[in-house]
Amino acid sequence: MRAITKKDLKIAGACVVLYAIIEALLQMDIIGSFWELNLILIAINIIMSVSLNLINGYTGQFSLGHAGFMAVGAYVSAIITVKFHLPFLLAIIVGALGSGLLGFLIGLPTLRLNGDYLAIATLGLGEIIRIVILNIPYVGGASGFMGIPRYTNFTWAFFVCLFTLFFIKNLVNSSHGRACISIRENEIAAEAMGIDTTRYKVIAFTIGAAFAGVAGALFAHYFYIAHPASFTFMMSFNYLTMVVMGGLGSITGSIAGAVILTFVSAALASWPEWRMIVYSIVLILLMLYRPQGLFGNVELTSLSIFKRFKGGSK
Amino acid sequence: MNLLKAEKVSKVFGGLKAVSNFDIHIDKGELIGLIGPNGAGKTTAFNLLTGVYQPTTGAIEFDGKSVVGLKPFQITQGGIARTFQNIRLFSELSVLDNVKIAYHSHVEYGLVEAVLRVGRYFREEDEIEQKAIDFLKIFKLEHKKDEIAKNLPYGEQRRLEIARALAAKPKLLLLDEPAAGMNPQETQALMEMISWIRKEFGLTILLIEHDMNLVMGICERIYVLEYGSIIAHGTPNEIKNNPQVIKAYLGEEVE
Amino acid sequence: MEFLEQLIQQLINGISLGSIYALIALGYTMVYGIIKLINFAHGDIYMIGAYAGFFATANLGLPFVPALIVSMVVAGLIGMLIERMAYRPLRHAPKIAVLITAIGISLLLEYGGMLLFTPQPRTFPNVLESVTYHMGPFVVNSQQIIILVVSVILMVILTYVVQKTIIGKAMRAVSFDTDAAQLMGIDVDRIISATFGIGSALAAAAGVLVGIYYNSIDPLMGIMPGLKAFVAAVLGGIGIIPGAMAGGVILGVIEALVSGFISSTFRDAAAFAILIIILLFKPSGLFGKNVREKV
Repeated sequence: MRAITKKDLKIAGACVVLYAIIEALLQMDIIGSFWELNLILIAINIIMSVSLNLINGYTGQFSLGHAGFMAVGAYVSAIITVKFHLPFLLAIIVGALGSGLLGFLIGLPTLRLNGDYLAIATLGLGEIIRIVILNIPYVGGASGFMGIPRYTNFTWAFFVCLFTLFFIKNLVNSSHGRACISIRENEIAAEAMGIDTTRYKVIAFTIGAAFAGVAGALFAHYFYIAHPASFTFMMSFNYLTMVVMGGLGSITGSIAGAVILTFVSAALASWPEWRMIVYSIVLILLMLYRPQGLFGNVELTSLSIFKRFKGGSK
Repeated sequence: MNLLKAEKVSKVFGGLKAVSNFDIHIDKGELIGLIGPNGAGKTTAFNLLTGVYQPTTGAIEFDGKSVVGLKPFQITQGGIARTFQNIRLFSELSVLDNVKIAYHSHVEYGLVEAVLRVGRYFREEDEIEQKAIDFLKIFKLEHKKDEIAKNLPYGEQRRLEIARALAAKPKLLLLDEPAAGMNPQETQALMEMISWIRKEFGLTILLIEHDMNLVMGICERIYVLEYGSIIAHGTPNEIKNNPQVIKAYLGEEVE
Repeated sequence: MEFLEQLIQQLINGISLGSIYALIALGYTMVYGIIKLINFAHGDIYMIGAYAGFFATANLGLPFVPALIVSMVVAGLIGMLIERMAYRPLRHAPKIAVLITAIGISLLLEYGGMLLFTPQPRTFPNVLESVTYHMGPFVVNSQQIIILVVSVILMVILTYVVQKTIIGKAMRAVSFDTDAAQLMGIDVDRIISATFGIGSALAAAAGVLVGIYYNSIDPLMGIMPGLKAFVAAVLGGIGIIPGAMAGGVILGVIEALVSGFISSTFRDAAAFAILIIILLFKPSGLFGKNVREKV
C-alpha cells in the first residue's frame, strides 16, 4: 500500500478512536451539555474555516461572505426536513447543493474582481442573501425559521466534519488543488502555464460555498431555529479570523484556529461583556506578533515530529 | 508552413500605439531573436502573441489556426509557452511543485477521482512527479526540488522558469530576456542550454534579448523592433550590417 | 403630481443622509488611497465621535460648535493613536493581517464602548432647536440644513487642505507613490498619521450630526453607516476625494428613494446591490480610471 494512503488510514483511525472516547464520555455524562454544545460548534466551525481556507488560503480569493452561504445551507436543509419531512442526510446534501449553486452563480461574475474589491463584494453579497431571507415569509422572515428538529448530534457533526477534511485535503493535494494554489501564487503565470484561472476560482468558490452550506445544515438542526441575525458579516469575520489565525493555506491550521477560538469564546461565556474585548485583543496581538498565523502555510502533519513515525527521513 | 505567423498586428493603449504593423513569420524548428531598444514594444509583442493583450488590428496564426481572441491559458494549451522578463514563479511553492503545475493541462483525472483518490489519480500523480523530476535533472535543479522557489539564487530562478515553461509541452517557446541579470559565464551556459533543449525537444524558440552576443551567437534569424514596428529582419550578419539597425540600435555595439 | 412631490421630498432626505455618508467615506477613501487598507474600524471612530460630542454637550454643557470641535479633536487623536499602535507595526505585513487587525480594532471599540458607555442608547442633548419648515408641500428640518451646511463647510476646508497646503500636497504625493515620496524627503509615517487624524475628525463630525439628528447614539451605531460609507467610497472611486463626496450623496439619495418608494427593509440591500453593480461594471468607481497590472 502507498505511504500516503497508510498515513491517511492512520489519521482516520486516530480520529475514530478520538470519536469513541468523546462519545463514551458524553454517554457517561462526564462531558456535560455545555461542552457537548461546544464540541459540536467546534466541528461546525472547522467545516466553515477549512472551506473558507480553500477559497481564501489556497486559491487566494478574498471572500468575506461565507456566513451568507451558511445561511443558505441552513434554510434550504430546514425546508427539506420541516416542509417535506425528508431525512437529515438528504437535507444536508440538498443544503450543500443549494449553497454551492448560489456560490457558483455569484462566483462566476464576481471572481473577476481581485483583492479588496472581491472582499467587499462578497461581504455585500453575504448581506444581500441575509436581507433577502429576511423578506421571505415562507421561511419565517424576520422572526426566523422555527420548529427545526434537532437531528445534529456529536456523531453527525464529527463524521461530517471528518468527511469535509478529507475532501478538501485530497482536493488541495491533487493537480486541481495545485491549479488553485498557483492562482494564489501568481495569477498571470498560472494562466501562462495553461491553467483556466477563472474556472478554478469558480470551482474553489463553489466547493467552499457548498461546505458552508453543510455547516449551515448542521447548525440549524442543532439549534432548532435558523435566524437571519445569526448570519451577519460579523460571523464571516469570525471564520476569516479562524483561518488567518491558523494560517492561510494550512488545513491543520484552520482546525487549530476553529478549536482555539471556539474554546476562547466558550471559556469567556460567563463574562459576556469581556468576551469580545478579550477576543479582539487576542486577534490584534496575534496579527502584530505573528501575522502569518500560527502555522503559516505548513501542515502540522508534515512536521518532522510526525515524519519520524513513518520511519523515513530525508 | 509557418508555425507562427503575425501579420499587420497593432496594439493601441488609449491613443498610444505600442505596436504597429508587427509582422513575424517563424517556421518549425527555428530559433529566432527579437531585439530592439528599450520601450520598442518587445514585451508587448510577446503579450499579444500569448493572449495577455488582444491586438487592436491584425492577424496572429499559430499552427495554421488563428489565436486572436483566445485567452492566455488556451494559447498555452495550444502549444505556446513563455517565460517572463520579471520572473514570475510560484514563489512560495517548492521547485518541484512549480514544475508540476505546468503539467496540469495534460492531467486527465477529474475532481471526483482526486477527492476519492481512485481511478487515474495515483498513476497520473506518479507520472507527473517522475516527469517533473526528469525536467529538474535536465536543468540541474534536481537536488533543490524541495527548496522554496523564492529562495533560489537568481540564475536558478531563471532556469526554473524555463523548465516550468517546457513542462507545459509547448511547440513554441517564448523567452523574454532569459539572460537578464546573468553574468557572462551564466549567459554562456544558458546559450548552450537553449541550443540543447531546442534539439532535444524539437522546439521552435523566439527570444527577446538585450545581450547581443547571445542573440548573434545562437539565433538563425533576427527581427528588429523599433517604435513598435519591425524595421529589419534577416540573419545575424545581415542585421549586423544593416545601416538602419546600426543607426537605430546597434550603433555603439558594432564599433 | 403626488409622485413628484414624494420624489423631491425623498431627495431632500437623501441629500442630508448622504452628506453624512460622504463625511465618513472621506476618511475611508483617504486611508485607502494612502495605505491601501479598508479600515473597518472607521465606522467605530464615527461612534466615538458621537459619544465625545455627547459628553461635551451633556456633561460639559458646551454649545454645538465647540462640542463639534472637541469631538473632532478627540476622535482625530484616537484615530492617530490606533494607526500608531496597530497599523504602523504592520506596514510591511501581508494585507490580510492588517485587515484582520482592523476588524479586531473595530470589535475592540464596539465592545469597549459597550463596557464604558453601557449598551443602552443615550439620548443626545437637544443642542440645536429643531424647526420644521414647510415649503409648499415639502418639509425641511432645520437640522437637515445644519447637516448639509456643516458637511459642505468641512468638505471645502478639506479640499483646501489637500490642494493647497504643504501637508495636503505631501498626502497626495504619498498616495501616488509612497516610495518616491519617501525619497523626496517626505516623512511618510507623519503623513499617514495626519491622514488618519483628518479622516477620523471628519467621521466624528458625522457622528455628532447624526446624534443631533436622530437624538440617539449607541456603541454599535457605527457598523452599518461604516459599511455604507465604504460603499459610497467605492461608488465614487476609492482613493478619490471628490468621488467620496459624490458617492456619499448618491448613495444617500438612492437609499431614501428605495425606502420611500419600495420598502425600508430593502434599503440596506440596495446599498450593497449598488456596490456589486459598480464593482462588476466599473470597479474603479464613477470618478476612477481603470488601471491594469503590468505584465
